[in-house]
Amino acid sequence: MKLTTVCLFLLASGALLAQHEYAATDIENGGRQYTNNCVYCHGPEGDQIPGINLLQGKFRRTLSDDDIARIIREGIPGTGMPAQNMNEGTARTIVAYLRSSAAAPASTVAGGNAGRGKTIFEGKGGCTACHRAAGAGSRTGPDLSDIGALHRAVDLEQSLIDPGAVVLPQNRFVKVVTKDGTTITGRLMNQDTFTLQLIDSQDRLRSFAIADLRQHSVVTTTSMPSYKDRLNSQELADVVAYLVSLKGARKP
Amino acid sequence: MKTSALALLSLAGALSAQSPVTFDRILNADKEPQNWLSYSGTTRSQRYSLLTQITPDNAKNLELQWVFQARSLEKYESTPLVVDGVMYTVQNPDDVVALDAATGRVFWTYSYPVSPDARPCCGRLSRGVAILGETLYIGTIDAHVVALDSKTGKPIWDMEVGKAASGYAITHAPQIVKDKVIVGMAGGEYGIRGYILALDAKTGKEAWRFYTIPGPGEPGHESWAGDSWKTGGASVWVTGSYDPDTNLTFWGIGNPGPDWNGDKRAGDNLYSDSVVALDADTGKLKWYYQFSPHDEFDYDSVQVPVLVDTVWQGRPRKLMMWANRNGLFYVLDRVNGQFLMGKPFVKVNWMNGFDERGRPMKLASAASSKEGTLILPGNQGGTNYYNPSYSPRTGLFYIPAWDNYSSLYVKQDQEYVEGRTFGGGGPRPTTSAPVAPGGSNFRSDDDIYGAVRAIDPKTGEKKWEFKMADVTDAGILTTASDVLFSGGREGYFFALDARDGKLLWKASVGGAVRSGPMTYTVNGRQYVAVDAGNSLFVFALRQ
Repeated sequence: MKLTTVCLFLLASGALLAQHEYAATDIENGGRQYTNNCVYCHGPEGDQIPGINLLQGKFRRTLSDDDIARIIREGIPGTGMPAQNMNEGTARTIVAYLRSSAAAPASTVAGGNAGRGKTIFEGKGGCTACHRAAGAGSRTGPDLSDIGALHRAVDLEQSLIDPGAVVLPQNRFVKVVTKDGTTITGRLMNQDTFTLQLIDSQDRLRSFAIADLRQHSVVTTTSMPSYKDRLNSQELADVVAYLVSLKGARKP
Repeated sequence: MKTSALALLSLAGALSAQSPVTFDRILNADKEPQNWLSYSGTTRSQRYSLLTQITPDNAKNLELQWVFQARSLEKYESTPLVVDGVMYTVQNPDDVVALDAATGRVFWTYSYPVSPDARPCCGRLSRGVAILGETLYIGTIDAHVVALDSKTGKPIWDMEVGKAASGYAITHAPQIVKDKVIVGMAGGEYGIRGYILALDAKTGKEAWRFYTIPGPGEPGHESWAGDSWKTGGASVWVTGSYDPDTNLTFWGIGNPGPDWNGDKRAGDNLYSDSVVALDADTGKLKWYYQFSPHDEFDYDSVQVPVLVDTVWQGRPRKLMMWANRNGLFYVLDRVNGQFLMGKPFVKVNWMNGFDERGRPMKLASAASSKEGTLILPGNQGGTNYYNPSYSPRTGLFYIPAWDNYSSLYVKQDQEYVEGRTFGGGGPRPTTSAPVAPGGSNFRSDDDIYGAVRAIDPKTGEKKWEFKMADVTDAGILTTASDVLFSGGREGYFFALDARDGKLLWKASVGGAVRSGPMTYTVNGRQYVAVDAGNSLFVFALRQ
């Protein structure tokens, strides 16, 4: 009984330490180290590797401070993540910077209600015709199940109002015309010199040999409509609140 | 034709006795094209093979013969050697493996124990070994040179030639000249003071040393402000070439340090980003040419110098051809270093022509800045360490190129701390950045791309290109039957017609090709070998 209490106490204080106690100088130095060592691959916003946002605490799996420091120093074999020749203390400053950035309050849209937003998302907004979230909806457009962990509310709102302003490369569509004249449009999943992969509007994963195509073109604009006039400001706020709440699948 | 084929066969038979690799054999490697005796094939480094069994007509019949899966997940950037039916390759970081070149069966593996002090910037790897007599030589990432018995893999000597804890490393294949083993120091991101040194091949004793940054009192020292010469980098990490007529060994030199902030190293920073021509017996500098004076864009000039004897503007000349990381293709006179031509082979915005002595006219705006300066080509360059090729048959120079490629160069203050990276800022990606390794390719037609680009070296004009959907880190091999082999980051190894770039054959090898392909024969059958991903693949025509 006593032992359990002590353990709980230690766990709780450990969690507190992990989240709050980073020295301001460490955070500042970590930011500099981040810029020097990490930005080239991970980008200034920490979101350049698809599926990861270092500055918002979005990793491929749950990581402790020790895990992150070790990965910085040793790299991840077989991936593009190299070992940094860096001592433990320096790696820890980067951890401090990443953790403090992730803990900083994200801007929110005032007055949004995530529950109402979900209803609009799945109903009036027609979002699920292209997008998927929490296991429902089409996979043709970007899967939004963890969009709240990847992007800030202000950026999500921007994407609803002016969806063409920023189209991330991983969200591009592609149009192909086969030799028999069939046109297929879908989200580009990958391509190389000789082949092209997409997911079509029926959620089918399809791969083409470029030599078998009459034409193909990557679309850098968006097919998503603006919701500026389709939803009122309250509805927009609700949808954004819902999107912000989408943090991805939780591990048991 | 038939006679020469027969002559080749009989030569192969005679050499199956596995006679020692004398320096005379290395110098005359063209006379035994069944072998590949040095990193770039010959001392001229053209990566042009006289083998002709694989042709544009039959290349479609190439098929996989064997695979060597290295027990290493590091990038595989080496070119193997083949000597009389035995292949020597590396297993990263610094193991050496001897295999049957026809079957891939391993004779022996030598495992080098790397010091924990080793800190190469950009990969714990070796780009290959050298051979002289019956001894193999490898330079290691903890700055040792090790000599091994080529028959057993047993070490003969092991010399420490640099301080690994300060960032010194060797990642390139050594060069053999006469009785010497020549290596240079990597570590341009750690504030080293680079040097090239020659060791006695028998004993490992140092014969000469050339500092790539001149010391006090030496010409060129004044090109470094204050004490910046002590930590100015100017590393070496790709093998040089050798010209027996002039007895000069030519080496490309890396970036000045700190890489991205030149404020504290005012001056041209000789001999960073230069080619140096050294007397192979003494290490004395005969001439140099600097491609990128006072560089802040990481434009290492570590490319392999390609030596070509041809007619230049009406008279026969001994030339050096060079596609540089800074995006320009150069022709120099290799006897005296005279600048003959320089032309962009990809989009370039940091310079605008040359003065009459061949110095690039750098734009005032082409400087790293606190807020970031957009420069083409970007940090990985218009090309890089990827081996180019020159075919005397087509007269074309072939470059693994990155085009439409830019970086945003940001400088920051940085103090030197021994053994720590010394960059002074760094490049930021722009919208035209390469696909992250292992990532999916979402690029549109206007974005960055990779290509095998064939140019006419007499004019610098593009003759053709084979465009890829992703960038390329693959070297190029050409043959006397006009077949060109290369690959790219997306995991294809392919053959093109060297005359027009037409695709002849391709194979998916499942990992980026980051090495220079090579070719050889065993018992009269021609093989082509290339490293991709973590493995070495060998192809030959279907029988």
